[in-house]
Amino acid sequence: MVFPEKSKLLLVILLLVGFITYTGFIYKDLPVTTSHATSAAMEGKALWQQKNCNACHQVYGLGGYLGPDLTNVFSKRGPAYISAFLKNGTPVMPNFHFTQTEIDALLAYLKNIDHSGTADPRKFTKHYDGTIE
Amino acid sequence: MTEQSSKQKQPVAIFFFTAALILFATGMLWGIMGALSYVFPGLLKSTFSFEKIRPLHVSSVVFWIILSAIGSVASFLQQHTGRKIYSPRLLRIQFFIFCITIILILCSYLMGKFGGREYWEFHPVFAIPIVIGWILFLINMLRSIRHFKKQPVYIWMWCTGIVFFLFTFLESYLWLFPYFRNNIVNDMTIQWKSYGSMVGSWNMLIYGSSIFLLDKISGSQRYSYSRIAFLLYFLGLFNLMFNWGHHIYTLPTHSFIKHIGYLVSMTELILLGRIIYLWKSSLSTAKKQYHLLAYRFLLAADIWILLTLILAIAMSVPAINVYTHGTHITVAHTMGATIGINSFLILAFITDIFKDQFPAVKPSLKFFNAGYWIANIALFIFWVSLVGAGILKAQWQMSEHQIPFGSMMQQLHPYFIVFFVSGILLTIGFLFIIFVLLRQQRNACKQTGEK
Repeated sequence: MVFPEKSKLLLVILLLVGFITYTGFIYKDLPVTTSHATSAAMEGKALWQQKNCNACHQVYGLGGYLGPDLTNVFSKRGPAYISAFLKNGTPVMPNFHFTQTEIDALLAYLKNIDHSGTADPRKFTKHYDGTIE
Repeated sequence: MTEQSSKQKQPVAIFFFTAALILFATGMLWGIMGALSYVFPGLLKSTFSFEKIRPLHVSSVVFWIILSAIGSVASFLQQHTGRKIYSPRLLRIQFFIFCITIILILCSYLMGKFGGREYWEFHPVFAIPIVIGWILFLINMLRSIRHFKKQPVYIWMWCTGIVFFLFTFLESYLWLFPYFRNNIVNDMTIQWKSYGSMVGSWNMLIYGSSIFLLDKISGSQRYSYSRIAFLLYFLGLFNLMFNWGHHIYTLPTHSFIKHIGYLVSMTELILLGRIIYLWKSSLSTAKKQYHLLAYRFLLAADIWILLTLILAIAMSVPAINVYTHGTHITVAHTMGATIGINSFLILAFITDIFKDQFPAVKPSLKFFNAGYWIANIALFIFWVSLVGAGILKAQWQMSEHQIPFGSMMQQLHPYFIVFFVSGILLTIGFLFIIFVLLRQQRNACKQTGEK
């Protein structure tokens, strides 16, 4: 049984319109509109990307698996603890020889991530329909 | 599709395969080095620290998939139309653009220059030649097929894959604008919207090619024009567009994104049901076609489709995802999809195309069989070790009294050893196959030179 040509075209148009509308809606109404990062936090983000921290660390469970998830490390461990790691490295993490300004920027970024929410899977309520809250 | 069209010389497509096979081999070697960092933490940190090894591995294997998908589409497209591709010159230009860019990208990692995005990343400047090359591919595709009327499903899939790769690739660079990157939640939402769909778009190129190959093997094009083929294509397109929300269930983003992602992902149960329903007839076809080397890869991919789909559907349920997210179960799923499905399917295409292109040179069956079985068995052990490590990490994540991260990683160590050893075996298996294919090509070139 063959699929009618007109139906194919109609379905593609329908899906494309749905996709474009969905995409446009998300671009326009981004999930977070209130809290914008400070310039120090943005510098920290740039540094995070330049050093490819995501290769080993996760944020909200997305990233590498060699190091721990850092979403809420700021509130859990505090800036002094994080600074010690950033200054010296660890047996697994290289010492990146960060300057104090760079460490401050990374701390500002980690603080900014921490304020955005929690990544702890234990905090979610699981429902019988498979959804979580 | 005619006998003559499949034997038509396609040197540019062969270039794509050669480069892709070399990337596949090097990508696996980087993968072994990466696994070494898990077994002996900190061993390579002064020379090849993990933030360098991971992108070297990821980009090599992603480009293996992309280059070989382009080669397959270009080659099968010419077999389908019975004509040469619209512009072999454009294809050649695209090949050189991609090769130079890939070399520069890999060198940039060695020099410590990164894009720093999760998971496929390189400096944004390299995105420009990739986009230019991809536009050339799009032009070649559209001019070669000429029209969409009464085209088989694989033509629709190839066009969809090419257009959506371009869109999602560009979308993945929206973070360059402060509006999108100023907030981590917004940034990650858009990033996973683009990456989730990008994988779907290269899958369209690969699955389309596998439908073409199955038609070719069976000698009938009935399926490619059938209603069920198009229904499944539209289901795939629907998922490509809307199911990406399942990557970010734990991100505090819009809840409608998560609900849509969940609902759309569950439509994949239809695919699972169909695979189970057709299992018996697939088995009898497998027995008949097993003598064909290309078919053996299709058969292996079939088994991996089933395993990966079951895992994917389970992980798409938010209440299950909350356990598996951020664990090695996600890695197992990725490895099942990229190695078990994509790589096996691509090897099926290359084996078939090389058979047609170099009919006078037979591949070495001894090496081929050894490589095939080593790769399949090792991949299964590799996959199980990742699932095992993932289950332990999931238990740790949900535990009320969490031990330190380092202690948890030590508990996973036996799984990492199995993962490392099976990874080496997997690489050996694939290297045998790559060796067979490259030698077949080299011997064919020698013979042509002698004539």
